[in-house]
Amino acid sequence: MFTLFNMIPRAFEYYAPASVSEALSLLQKYGDESKVLAGGQSLVPLMKLRLVSPAHIIDIGRIPGLSYIKEEDNKIRIGALTTHHEVETSPVVKSKCMVLSEAESHVGDQQVRNRGTIGGSACHADPAADVPSVLVALDAEFKMTGSSGDRVVDARNFFQDIFTTDLRQNEILAEITVPALPPRSGSTYLKFERGAGDFAIVAVAAAVTLDQAGVCQDVRLGLAGVESIPLRALKAEEALKGKKPDDNAILEAAARASEQSKPSSDIRGSAEYKKEMVKVFVKRALKTALSRVS
Amino acid sequence: MKQVSTTINGQKYVGNAEPRTLLVYFLRDELGLTGTHIGCVVGKCGACSIIVDGKVVKSCMMFANQAEGADILTVEGLAQGSKLHPIQEAFWENHGLQCGYCTPGMLMASYYLLKENPKPTEEEIRRGIAGNLCMCTGYVNIVKAIKAASEKMQAGGQSQK
Repeated sequence: MFTLFNMIPRAFEYYAPASVSEALSLLQKYGDESKVLAGGQSLVPLMKLRLVSPAHIIDIGRIPGLSYIKEEDNKIRIGALTTHHEVETSPVVKSKCMVLSEAESHVGDQQVRNRGTIGGSACHADPAADVPSVLVALDAEFKMTGSSGDRVVDARNFFQDIFTTDLRQNEILAEITVPALPPRSGSTYLKFERGAGDFAIVAVAAAVTLDQAGVCQDVRLGLAGVESIPLRALKAEEALKGKKPDDNAILEAAARASEQSKPSSDIRGSAEYKKEMVKVFVKRALKTALSRVS
Repeated sequence: MKQVSTTINGQKYVGNAEPRTLLVYFLRDELGLTGTHIGCVVGKCGACSIIVDGKVVKSCMMFANQAEGADILTVEGLAQGSKLHPIQEAFWENHGLQCGYCTPGMLMASYYLLKENPKPTEEEIRRGIAGNLCMCTGYVNIVKAIKAASEKMQAGGQSQK
């Protein structure tokens, strides 16, 4: 029946629960043998390559009410099953959180963005992926639902290691909340990639907020591709906070971001090269973000 | 085996699929709809692109079971009898294919692109087909064909189906 035998996942049982509680009881029942399937744009290829072979697949894609974008109290609440395309093109996200919209526009290609979800990308936690670095920069909140109720953790506690998050086996991610950036903010996601649809060599998520006098009130920097987790460049942020963002301050921030980065050498470049590119792209991203302050 | 019921090109189809059967194999091997091509099978080439519930997706990146109840459009559903869809005509007239292997996917990606954005710029066209590889590297004529299709559909006031 199959022409390309090497791209077929190992056999598994498939469940399509109609509610969160049904999904949770399946997770409870099958434990480590089970895996949640959302849009499948990371999990399906991993299963075909047999890097992951769960015995039970719990497809949450049919559960209603997990796909939405709502603005409330200066926050944007995004349902975990909202697709990359929906986040990218949301007028609220575009106007209040440009950096997230831009990062979403770089995910894969239009086919991948139509099926892949923001929650799936967060749970997959690839440190070179586009969305996680933005979630780290903005210190997004992650609402997880388990049989004993909901709990919320922030991005610095959610992303724990490469492909590893704080999400427990008996929970599903329900919602991600990012801040609506205040007035006098500017932001951007700048990605350095080899070609369309590839993961970043390095990428920078930057958001700045200035006060009336043009002094940096808040600076957020997230880096992709430079660590085993998406990296928040806190020391670089400190170099700008409370200062006027002149060229010297920007260069200092870029140097600190590069220092803080611990990339590994791989097909996308040597560690030294990537550290140098962090410097270049942090500088460019900050300048772009600053030029967008309005 | 699980039974999967879908609507494809306006017609009801019911078939059986193992949970691990990819949608592209279900379409081709179980339902006999071989217009959709299998390329890389790892989601890189886009040859298997189809429209599921109004969105272009790669059918090798979905399990058939995930398509239960879905409304699907494949390349077989573009033409009306012997009358080609304007996108197909434009590909023909502009030599938007060489070997033709990527063409079904290119057509479906173009269909979605023009539905979302009826008058795309060249940059938007190139971004729209970024997930579709042409191993003959005939992109210049493919882009030309999509531009021509856009003009044809504007002129014809063609309502998309």
